Amino acid sequence: MMPWNRINWRKREKPAAPPVEPLTPLALTWLLVALALAAAPHARELSVWLTALFAAILGWRWTIAMRDRALPSRWLLLAVAVLAGAGVLIDHRTLFGRDAGVALLTAMTACKLLETRGLRDGVVLVFLGYLLVMSNLLYSQDIPMIAYLLAVVLAMLAAQVMIHRQHAGLTALAPLRLSGKMALQAIPVMLILFVLFPRIPGPLWGLPRDAYKGRTGLSEEMMPGTVSELSKSDAVAFRARFAGSPPPPKQLYWRGPVLWNFDGRRWTSGDGRPTGIPVPFTPEGAAIEYSVILEPSNRIWLFALDLPAVLPPRATMTPSFLLLRDQPVNEVFRYEMRSYPSYRTGDLTEGERARGLRLPPRSNPRARALAGEWRERDPRPEALVDAALLLFREQAFYYTLTPPLLNVDSVDDFLFRTRQGFCEHYTSAFAFLMRAAGVPARVVTGYQGGERNAFGDYLIVRQSDAHAWAEVWLEGRGWTRVDPTGAVAPNRIQEGLYAAVADPDTLPFLLRRGGDSEWLRQLALSWDTLNNSWNEWVLAYGPDRQKEFLSGFGFGPVDWADMTVAMTVALGGLGLLVAGLRWRSRLPRDPVVRAWQGFCDRLARRGLARGHQEGPLAFAERVALSRPELAASVREIGQLYAVLRYGPLVSSPDVHRLQRLVRQFRA
Amino acid sequence: MLDGLRRRFEAWVTRDQRPAHQPIRLERRRIYILPTRQGYAFALLLFLLFLWSINYSNSMGFAFTFLLAAVALNSMRQAHDNLLGLVVHSVGAEPVFAGQEARFGFRLDNPHRTSRLGIALQWRERTPLYADVPARGSAPLVLAVPAERRGWLRPGHVRVLTRFPLGLFQSWSWVEFDTACLVYPAPRGQRPLPATLAGTPGGGSTELGSGSEDYAGFRQYAPGDSPRRIAWKAATRTDRLLVKRFVDQARPELWLDWWLLGIDRVEPRLEQLCRWILKAENAGHEYGLRLPGTRVPPARGDAQRRRCLEALALFTVRDDALVRPHDAVESNKLAQARKAGRAAG
Repeated sequence: MMPWNRINWRKREKPAAPPVEPLTPLALTWLLVALALAAAPHARELSVWLTALFAAILGWRWTIAMRDRALPSRWLLLAVAVLAGAGVLIDHRTLFGRDAGVALLTAMTACKLLETRGLRDGVVLVFLGYLLVMSNLLYSQDIPMIAYLLAVVLAMLAAQVMIHRQHAGLTALAPLRLSGKMALQAIPVMLILFVLFPRIPGPLWGLPRDAYKGRTGLSEEMMPGTVSELSKSDAVAFRARFAGSPPPPKQLYWRGPVLWNFDGRRWTSGDGRPTGIPVPFTPEGAAIEYSVILEPSNRIWLFALDLPAVLPPRATMTPSFLLLRDQPVNEVFRYEMRSYPSYRTGDLTEGERARGLRLPPRSNPRARALAGEWRERDPRPEALVDAALLLFREQAFYYTLTPPLLNVDSVDDFLFRTRQGFCEHYTSAFAFLMRAAGVPARVVTGYQGGERNAFGDYLIVRQSDAHAWAEVWLEGRGWTRVDPTGAVAPNRIQEGLYAAVADPDTLPFLLRRGGDSEWLRQLALSWDTLNNSWNEWVLAYGPDRQKEFLSGFGFGPVDWADMTVAMTVALGGLGLLVAGLRWRSRLPRDPVVRAWQGFCDRLARRGLARGHQEGPLAFAERVALSRPELAASVREIGQLYAVLRYGPLVSSPDVHRLQRLVRQFRA
Repeated sequence: MLDGLRRRFEAWVTRDQRPAHQPIRLERRRIYILPTRQGYAFALLLFLLFLWSINYSNSMGFAFTFLLAAVALNSMRQAHDNLLGLVVHSVGAEPVFAGQEARFGFRLDNPHRTSRLGIALQWRERTPLYADVPARGSAPLVLAVPAERRGWLRPGHVRVLTRFPLGLFQSWSWVEFDTACLVYPAPRGQRPLPATLAGTPGGGSTELGSGSEDYAGFRQYAPGDSPRRIAWKAATRTDRLLVKRFVDQARPELWLDWWLLGIDRVEPRLEQLCRWILKAENAGHEYGLRLPGTRVPPARGDAQRRRCLEALALFTVRDDALVRPHDAVESNKLAQARKAGRAAG
């Protein structure tokens, strides 16, 4: 039995929970500044009340820190959190989705600020800050935005350094220098990861419905006003780079959705089922080789010149020669294309003929009557096409961005009353007339032309280049493109929108030509060159581009396993390189050791080498005995070195003295 | 379980380390590094950002995620380099009484041109103490280690650590020095001072405050001093607690004798003796100490006090010395005291 006095009565010592490490006012200031910067771009999307709430709480928290006041009570915090959540719910009708998610993240950050006391809260806030930075990327990945967000990341890193109270030795701006250094040193690894980390095609799961809302671009239907509305936007739709010289403007028809169904006012798709191989046709003449760098459109269609002969990766083609991708394009997407501007397509199936002639019953009677007249005069399809074009050319039709509104029978109203329209009006009327006259016809939407950027030697196609034209099926030639706009405003095709419309002042600045601000436009074009390179090389670097890029090094096709190996090798090589550099720079680092080494070397050349185990004092004594004339200086150097090397404190005057003594030492 | 693993790792790593009697330079091979809890959370954040980038096919999202990952990776190297080449000196520790905290002084020297921020010393799992070590400078740190028992107290392995710069990784090294702190027994026990040999009226059991005729200057406050003797005025001037010393020339010598105490166990006996020493010193007595096998002749003053306390602190129970022949009556109890002594000793 254990004696009673040996029983350990004390409870086992348990380490007490570490006390809250409070945030210093300086650390909190850094944190608040970084968070404000991270959230600032969201002011564009967030409701005014949320922006105001965020700013107010930021200011409030700062005042609390500076004046050393108490934090608000839990109840107030809870109230703010519940109200903010409710506000977001009311604003967005949901708590999920991109916009609601960002609003919620902002509100959460604000609430967290109100209960931020110590290190752990600081860490949570920094993490929320990084999420805020990421959320900004969902809205814009432009060069200015990226430059801005990089600054935010630097501030956030500085805040992350500062929240650790033990680093309080850093004053005011010193952390920024430190974070700048950290980011610079991180760049090589980041680049390796960016280039070689095997990319997985997203999305992994369903995206919220509003993930990419607010993107302008063609829609899958056409009615009066859709294209002219788009024409007022100078946003870039895509850019194209040609292998040879770019084709003439009259061949620059960028094919988009093909519309078959007409209800009297609105054209909708009705296209056939896409296939995984290019739809066959007979090319006549040379091919055009080019690459397209498509801006995010949130649509699945890919634009190509008439008529595309190859499929980009993960793409299919409809019987109407429309290219479709498996996922909506929500990143900058680059693909190689080959098109034949002259071609002959195959036969028409019965179904296609029926759909190409179908018209809504009893709509637009006057247009039908007109088509009937033409048909009686000359039933050949070519003659009917000419008759329609002649109508547009000879009668008083105007090409305008701001056409008058049309009533239900839009074609009749346009042809016989308003006579002012944009390409969709002419195309719609033309296709209607052709169908009414018995010629299979369909509407093609897309873009026409583009602006050549001489700085970067590529073509910029903007939303303002949106266009619509018609295709009629002719015996022996197949589907033939007819652009009725060309009959009204030939300049539109040759020189672009600015030269063609009757009211060019309604166009955005970038689309105007000549005048006093031409130099500014040129400046904008050179800026666009930078943007294009950014898009082509950085933003478009996705799973497909990565494979393509890495396979171009002559090692044959590359898969994810090869990439992993390459990445590991690159990272390992970098590590070895850094280790090697550090090893080299380690040797001469300490001036005290360096001076002493020089002193020993000099004596060694005189036959007085220091033994491995010999301390500085013993060595100096030995030298002093064998060379009495050097005794004084040798002893002084030995002692000084011993003090500097093994003594408590290194003072720089002493280091300088040692260096001077060694310099003056003559053995 | 993790705690156990950590302790086992520490034991394994330091198995060949001998307590050093000279400064320790932190070399590459003795610096270890692991992610902190924050570091693991950061990894989770990176994973989240990565998934987010995939889901939105966001090229710059990937770049951002990779940048943060690279910064984190680099911060691991920085945490390692922050310790590398630092020289740890042990400065020693002043004696304390059991139950107090021994304060071990250390000094961190930085012979390099870059300052080392956020370096900490940590004893066991206590809160680490942080300091910044300027370039070519040094920083003092004092580690408090609870002194639970009398005798020599060695802190054992002390952890030198840093989480600089981002707190995602902790790099650390274990250092052990052969410095020790002498721990006196705790001054305890309520027995009055024994009577003096001369048997002056009222001599032995005088109150501390009374009979102090001759003022003999100040000395530093020590535990056990009567608050009535603290020179408050002097304290405000010097920032230290001083006690007025009174010397009574007529006071006869006093023997603080192990054998006078009828206490069963060794430690309480030593504690009572300790209290007596402090009382006697305060009262200005000349006192001597008698322990089995040790005899400190009567004297007074700080040196005497220290000599006596040291004797108590380092007292080891020896079987032959413990029992005096005429104490045979009590031999039963003393046998128990021996056992207790072994347990304590």
